[in-house]
Amino acid sequence: MTETRDNRPEAVTPMIECRGVHKYYGDYHALRGIDLTIRAGEFFSLLGPSGCGKTTLLRTIAGFEDISSGVVLVDGKDMAGVAANHRPTNMVFQSYAIFPHLTVAENVGFGLRRDPRGKAEKAAAVEEALAMVGLKGYGARASHALSGGQRQRVALARALILKPKVLLLDEPLSALDRKMREQMQVELIKLQRQVGITFVLVTHDQEEALVMSDRIAVMFEGGIAQLDGPEALYARPASRRVADFIGVMNFLPTRVVGDTPSGTEIEVPGFGRVEIPASNVSRANPDDDGPSIGFRPEAVSLVAPGAAGHSHVAEGVIDEVVYYGDMTYYDIRLDGSDGFGDKVRPVRIAMRNVFGREVQDVGARANVSWSPGSLVLFR
Amino acid sequence: MMKGSGLRAYALLYLLFLYAPILLLPIFAFNSGTVISFPLKSFTTEWFGQMFGNATLRRALTNSLIIAVSSSVLATCLGIFAARASTRFAFPGKGPIMGLIMLPLVLPEIIVAIALLVVLLSLGMTLNVFTVILGHTLICMPYAAVILSTAFNSLDRSLEEAAYDLGETKWSAFRLVILPLVMPGIISSLLMSFTISLDEFIIAFFLAGNEPTLPTYIFSQLRFPKQIPMIMALGTVLVVLSIVLLTIAEYFRRRGVARTGAKDTGGFL
Repeated sequence: MTETRDNRPEAVTPMIECRGVHKYYGDYHALRGIDLTIRAGEFFSLLGPSGCGKTTLLRTIAGFEDISSGVVLVDGKDMAGVAANHRPTNMVFQSYAIFPHLTVAENVGFGLRRDPRGKAEKAAAVEEALAMVGLKGYGARASHALSGGQRQRVALARALILKPKVLLLDEPLSALDRKMREQMQVELIKLQRQVGITFVLVTHDQEEALVMSDRIAVMFEGGIAQLDGPEALYARPASRRVADFIGVMNFLPTRVVGDTPSGTEIEVPGFGRVEIPASNVSRANPDDDGPSIGFRPEAVSLVAPGAAGHSHVAEGVIDEVVYYGDMTYYDIRLDGSDGFGDKVRPVRIAMRNVFGREVQDVGARANVSWSPGSLVLFR
Repeated sequence: MMKGSGLRAYALLYLLFLYAPILLLPIFAFNSGTVISFPLKSFTTEWFGQMFGNATLRRALTNSLIIAVSSSVLATCLGIFAARASTRFAFPGKGPIMGLIMLPLVLPEIIVAIALLVVLLSLGMTLNVFTVILGHTLICMPYAAVILSTAFNSLDRSLEEAAYDLGETKWSAFRLVILPLVMPGIISSLLMSFTISLDEFIIAFFLAGNEPTLPTYIFSQLRFPKQIPMIMALGTVLVVLSIVLLTIAEYFRRRGVARTGAKDTGGFL
């Protein structure tokens, strides 16, 4: 695990701490030594492909799964032997788990059954929780008549009414359509700021994680591959695998020439010799395809031949054009790829479509402007 | 057109063949002749009076009701355990155990009856209503297990986890969330088991000892021709009761479906 940003544990209060958490299902090693600190009041995401253990980790925090070894602390208290119904955590389930035989108000007030407050006070609390998620006046409705987005809100209100220390969200937006999802992302961020509760979100959608989180833990095969803020994760992925999972990244095979005092000198097809600063060199590259550099499609741009002001320009031929309305993606086959074998793929470049700039055609010559600071070396 | 009307005629004949015998029951139940044959004589309610005045019949009916209620409740309770275990947990020997529960469905009933008789006698038990309850619970179990497994299977597992997460205990989560949602299945299972037990003959015949049940009583009375009109009256009452019971069950099933907003996937009616 690497943590390259905000590395000041003394400056914040930890809300959840996992130390050496292992989980086995029979022979299957689902969690492989998770060490993780989630801070009080942050919006934290566990991001990874399906089967990476992110949901298992969330469920161990919730108390639905026992851990095979290790320690889970919530708000400084060891959770060993504490069942889910006694933990200061509440969960929003992927399927929302709205009780279909109860009304909206009965669903939201479900967790107050053991609350010693009077009936009127509980009803007021339910109404307040519904108002918080924008469902004021929906209390008497049958819960099965709600839309997907409304069910989501009921599930949120039902969990938040208990004022948990941590709200756990298991892929809460995956069942919604795109528009609704984007709307709910913004609402969840606002809600989290409003209530100040620590949110832990599980998602396989990297865009969702980038949009919503203060920090993200990227998980592969039961372990945390990188834990960072969204910008750091996007700009400086710790490994090729993380880079590949977060957004789109171009990879080019590279020859390492040698180390310099401030970084590493390499030779890249089309780009020639480049010096990569030490901060952009990642040595966590277990899948041994040899060294490579990576860069984001929007970190480079197409420029007119001979245009001034571009210190680094590579040349090539447009291989493919994908038009998206606001953006155009160009795949460019760079010149000077000989001697690097057949691993050199066309690089993808994202250009914002500005009024007056024509979309280029397939087969046209293209100049690609780049800068050494936007390249990440994986070796 | 030809094809359509041919099929219609076939369907009508088919329904007539199925239900005409049942229609004959009320006709002869109100016929004053003692012989079951046309032409009909005059209208009478004498057979119903005779039926209600018959002490042995009342005893048989009481026995049958006790047996049917007890064995349907027992089979349904056991079925809930089996269904929950089979849908919720993985345990060694699950397949064979569920197979064993289903076995009475395919075993000839007479084999089950004889086997039970041998075991009960060798244990020195007296044959009475209780032994019939045991036998009927056994043969109702497969139906209860199948109906309830379907009900439990259709539940989202996270419903129970959500209740648990919201502070309920495992038991109260089951009572507050799972039980109301599987209630239509429980009612179906009770009705099915009740019906199976009420008209079951072979096991009752072997295991009841000297106690009459409705089917064994009816069978014993068929030897006496003058009792047959009364049996017709009894049959009429049973048909009417079945229809009423089925209607009530369907009413509750539909109400349950409407309340949870599930898609109606067919029922009894």
